[in-house]
Amino acid sequence: MAVEDRTAAEDLRPMGPAQPLHRGPFVRELLGRSDYAIISELIEENSRVLDLGCGDGELLAWLAENKGVEARGIEINVSKVKQAIARGVSVYQGDIDQGLTDYPEQAFDYVILSQTLQETRRPLQVLREMLRVGRHAIVAFPNFGHWKVRLAHLVTGRAPKTRLFPYEWYDSPNIHFLTVKDFEELAAREGWRIERRICLAGHHTVAFLANLFAEVAVFMICCPEPRPGARRL
Amino acid sequence: MIVETRYVRFDSLPLDCGATLAPVDVAYETYGELNADKSNAILILHAFTGDAHAAGISRETGQPGWWDSMIGPGKAFDTDKYFVMCTNVLGGCRGTTGPSSINPATGKPYALEFPVITQADMVRLQKKFVDYLGIERLLAVAGGSMGAMQALQWAVDYPDAIASAIPIAGTWRHSAQQIAFNEVGRQAIMADPDWNEGNYYGGRPPARGLAVARMIGHITYMSDESMREKFGRRLRGKESFGFHFDIDFEVESYLRYRGTKFVDRFDANSYLYITKAMDYFDITNGRGSLVAALEKVTARFLVISFTSDWLYPSYQSQEIVNALRSLNRDVTYCELTSNYGHDAFLVDVAEQTEVVRGFLASTFREIQRRGTRRAIGPVPAVS
Repeated sequence: MAVEDRTAAEDLRPMGPAQPLHRGPFVRELLGRSDYAIISELIEENSRVLDLGCGDGELLAWLAENKGVEARGIEINVSKVKQAIARGVSVYQGDIDQGLTDYPEQAFDYVILSQTLQETRRPLQVLREMLRVGRHAIVAFPNFGHWKVRLAHLVTGRAPKTRLFPYEWYDSPNIHFLTVKDFEELAAREGWRIERRICLAGHHTVAFLANLFAEVAVFMICCPEPRPGARRL
Repeated sequence: MIVETRYVRFDSLPLDCGATLAPVDVAYETYGELNADKSNAILILHAFTGDAHAAGISRETGQPGWWDSMIGPGKAFDTDKYFVMCTNVLGGCRGTTGPSSINPATGKPYALEFPVITQADMVRLQKKFVDYLGIERLLAVAGGSMGAMQALQWAVDYPDAIASAIPIAGTWRHSAQQIAFNEVGRQAIMADPDWNEGNYYGGRPPARGLAVARMIGHITYMSDESMREKFGRRLRGKESFGFHFDIDFEVESYLRYRGTKFVDRFDANSYLYITKAMDYFDITNGRGSLVAALEKVTARFLVISFTSDWLYPSYQSQEIVNALRSLNRDVTYCELTSNYGHDAFLVDVAEQTEVVRGFLASTFREIQRRGTRRAIGPVPAVS
């Protein structure tokens, strides 16, 4: 069980040369999710955190309790908002696509967007806004480049339906499909610095052919210098 | 929980209009126990026609308080944990000094001699009351409708005196539509010959005018859906139209009943003064933008609005929330789903309870935590 005792932090080194194994160290779960474990390791204690699409506030409440963060959330679903408030999380009921405009620049140390980027109407605008209101943006998304997705599409000739993308095309909340490579290309084009990239397959990190083997990717990015025209207030 | 309204007299109160009112009586009720460090006190702010009797059963009348569903043991404002207070507003007619009170200068009721008052004046008097109880910092001020305006006023005028504010179904300034409905109510009262320029005390009150004003009010407190559900086009005690101008429809009967009942418990001049104080309400008064007006706010906020409230629509609450967010203040907002219109904050309390309870608990927890941190050093002996 020695492998399992390693924390995700040990794997959060900057991207190094690819390793021969595609299965990296075991990632602990936090609240039943390995992306949460990664995110919580990325966040410094006593920082200001905004979670977009915070759901019932589970992650934020955990971060507030265990890392002393000043936790804020945005969530559109009213019953989840109620649960988040009941947990003591300060949450704004609103839409992520419009919800960020009122925050001042650099109001937060971290802005989290976990498993929601693919559901936003204007992902690029959301990402830019995240970097306007936060020093770091942490984005976790399901990787559409995963080999099973590619295979499903190739073999069935239909919109891929896998464990990662379990929906029928007509009732999927996912409206934008992106891969690890896509995100990296966008970051390069926008001039964002990728501070961390952690690719996950189940409970393991993926170091080799990430775009093929990663089920979920977690990126932490920042803006080296304020982009002209970023201010929208 | 049997409760009693009590009274306290203050020497004087300076007003926004420049006048000073002296003396001023305040009617109040309290529920629960104030803790040793006086950190669990909550001030409830009533809506337009409310009073100090917010919870429990009145010893005098046997009636439950107007927010009894929200205040009490185990309820949203849990009196097992918190010390909850409510006062009747300045200008009211339920024990606090208002136009029907005796003017010491003349020995007769003030009537229109009563100075025109504002929400800030009402809050100034509430602050006097809280000071009188020796409470330096309230855990929360909370209220719906006009109470929401006062919660905002507290946050701006006395930022150090509150840890949190809960404005429900409110606004930061009265809109043209809100002023318009109030003006129709006032005109109905003033058009009643019995109003007699406000001098009806000891004689016949302007009952018809006041009842009409109340009927209009009631329409604005409901929603199209709730009226359709509650009354539809049902006829009152008959199978077919009466072909007369007596009551045909259930909704007519309801409004007349509400109007007549209201006359027994409310003073027409108080109606004029309090609606005027609402119409004057604009938290930015002379301070430019909303963001600038809220700059001094330090309290944590829980803002609640209701989907079917067309009298105080959600956008007005959202404007408050967005201004606070742009100032990076700690603000929680949710728009609860309800068919009950503006009345929702009084009658549709299940979801509201969850939200208020959670918010208060985390605010209280945070205060206790900070309190302990501050108290590090010599630990006082526990008796």
